[in-house]
Amino acid sequence: MTQALSIAGLAKTYGNGVEALRGIDLDVAEGDFFGLLGPNGAGKTTAIGIVTSLVRKTGGTVSVFGHDIDRELEAAKACIGLVPQEINFNQFEKCRDILVNQAGFYGIPRATAKERAEKYLKQLQLWDKREDISRNLSGGMKRRLMIARALVHEPRLLILDEPTAGVDIEIRRSMWEFLRRINREGTTIILTTHYLEEAETLCREIGIINHGRIVERGRTRDLLAKLQTETFELNLRTPIAQAPEVTGYTVRQLDPSTLEVDVDKSQSVTHLFSELAQHGIEVVSMRNKVNRLEELFVRMVEKGRT
Amino acid sequence: MSRAAANWTGLVTIVRREMRRVLRIWPQTLLPPVITMTLYFIIFGALIGRRIGEMGGYDYMQYIAPGLIIMAVLTNSYANVSSSFFGAKFGKFIEELLVSPMPNSLILLGYVAGGVLRGTLIGALVTVVAMFFTPLTVANPLLMILVVVLTAVVFALGGFINGVYANKFDDISIVPTFVLAPLTYLGGVFYTVDLLPDIARQLSLANPILYMVNAFRYAMLGVSDVHIGVALSMTVGFLVFLFALAMWLLNKGYGLRS
Ligand SMILES: Nc1ncnc2c1ncn2[C@@H]1O[C@H](COP(=O)(O)OP(=O)(O)O)[C@@H](O)[C@H]1O
Ligand SMILES: [Mg+2]
Repeated sequence: MTQALSIAGLAKTYGNGVEALRGIDLDVAEGDFFGLLGPNGAGKTTAIGIVTSLVRKTGGTVSVFGHDIDRELEAAKACIGLVPQEINFNQFEKCRDILVNQAGFYGIPRATAKERAEKYLKQLQLWDKREDISRNLSGGMKRRLMIARALVHEPRLLILDEPTAGVDIEIRRSMWEFLRRINREGTTIILTTHYLEEAETLCREIGIINHGRIVERGRTRDLLAKLQTETFELNLRTPIAQAPEVTGYTVRQLDPSTLEVDVDKSQSVTHLFSELAQHGIEVVSMRNKVNRLEELFVRMVEKGRT
Repeated sequence: MSRAAANWTGLVTIVRREMRRVLRIWPQTLLPPVITMTLYFIIFGALIGRRIGEMGGYDYMQYIAPGLIIMAVLTNSYANVSSSFFGAKFGKFIEELLVSPMPNSLILLGYVAGGVLRGTLIGALVTVVAMFFTPLTVANPLLMILVVVLTAVVFALGGFINGVYANKFDDISIVPTFVLAPLTYLGGVFYTVDLLPDIARQLSLANPILYMVNAFRYAMLGVSDVHIGVALSMTVGFLVFLFALAMWLLNKGYGLRS
């Protein structure tokens, strides 16, 4: 299968001596929805910068749909649409002009460019704002305009660098919905985030990066399965005075009618419930407490540090 | 869609965007040079010039008109590219071009073309203004166009390089104020260097602007302080040098790609 993105031994040391990437290898298959996950300063933006030629690598190779950026940079760039981390519009340009010009830079004739601008402004609910200068848009609208701009040349690979940073939850959800749709329609998507929920919800595949190294890479589902413990919050029918002792489980009392229990993967929830029943405790409802990916993330990152 | 066709579309897009910028902010781009030049014509030409009498065999006003026109062309070509390119860098929207498949050479060409268009547009406006003050003659129209375009390209390239090096808005006014303006005033716009003592005349020959002013004056009036062949060769020489420098900076990613 064609790789949408293939990175090998990628390294970057900035002029000031910061080693932002220490040799990363990463393949993203065509059609994938890939999440590059990592804390601030991990090297996500640097990696994307190299792929899009905003940052010059100091080692390794990158190819986009088989086009090596050292040999066929222009062909590689033509395949990519970028939604950068920071807003980078000409503040005084109108939304529609921003899209039409962007299409022009990718070689799309003006008449087609205008049709595309209309299509994507509509898809991102910005058509009403087409004559407004970008400075006057709200934060969420600017983020959406960046997505529309990245799509106007209909790239095969869409790269989004923390697209939902600072966007409120409702807009974030509608953006997720939109990204899922275009991925279904065939666009390969790579997204960086430090919102774990985002990666867990959207991405089929994830790579975890920390201190310039990929510390984990695989299917989101498989990585989650690696987790050893889960924490549940239990709501009790009747309040109790103190947490019961249950052999093999760590039980904490949050308030008289709420318990928190760590369940190891070798154990079972059924067993926990029967143990609790023996203490005369009836569980009304329960929920999965921590974001599991969060935990995974912390572990991987710790592993990477040692 | 062939790469060449795509590149052409990209280039046209940059140039169109540059022209729209010039027209959108016309009170900053078109009006000031026209006002300044009108004042020059009134003060140096009509008021003072009348007392000066002849210069280089011409009425003073007629003598300085070509210099003033080419001065407007070169300052505006420079200013357009330095401020537009620096603005794009400052606002980060230069990244739109940097991530696109447009090659560096076309990005440069697009900005330079924008500068040349503004420079020549203002040259034309100033020429119209000049016609209210003095009869203009054009000895060699083709040469005149060639000199205007070459000069505009040289200064557009200069403005581009300034924009690449600039980190703050001050950085794009320092060179025009402390380098270009003095060189322009000392470049024979207002006088023929024959009036100068020998040493000053020798020094003047090290001033690039002298060659462009004189080439342009030669095209209009048929007189020049330097041989036209020398003036043209020097201009082309500056052009080649600045183009090479600009391309080198772009390919290195200086100030643009970290
Ligand atoms: N232009 C730069 N010059 C020097 N250091 C940089 C530059 N950009 C990023 N860095 C450093 O490189 C490291 C990785 O940064 P970045 O790629 O932005 O991480 P992330 O996007 O994962 O937050 C950080 O230590 C950061 O400070
Ligand atoms: Mg980042």
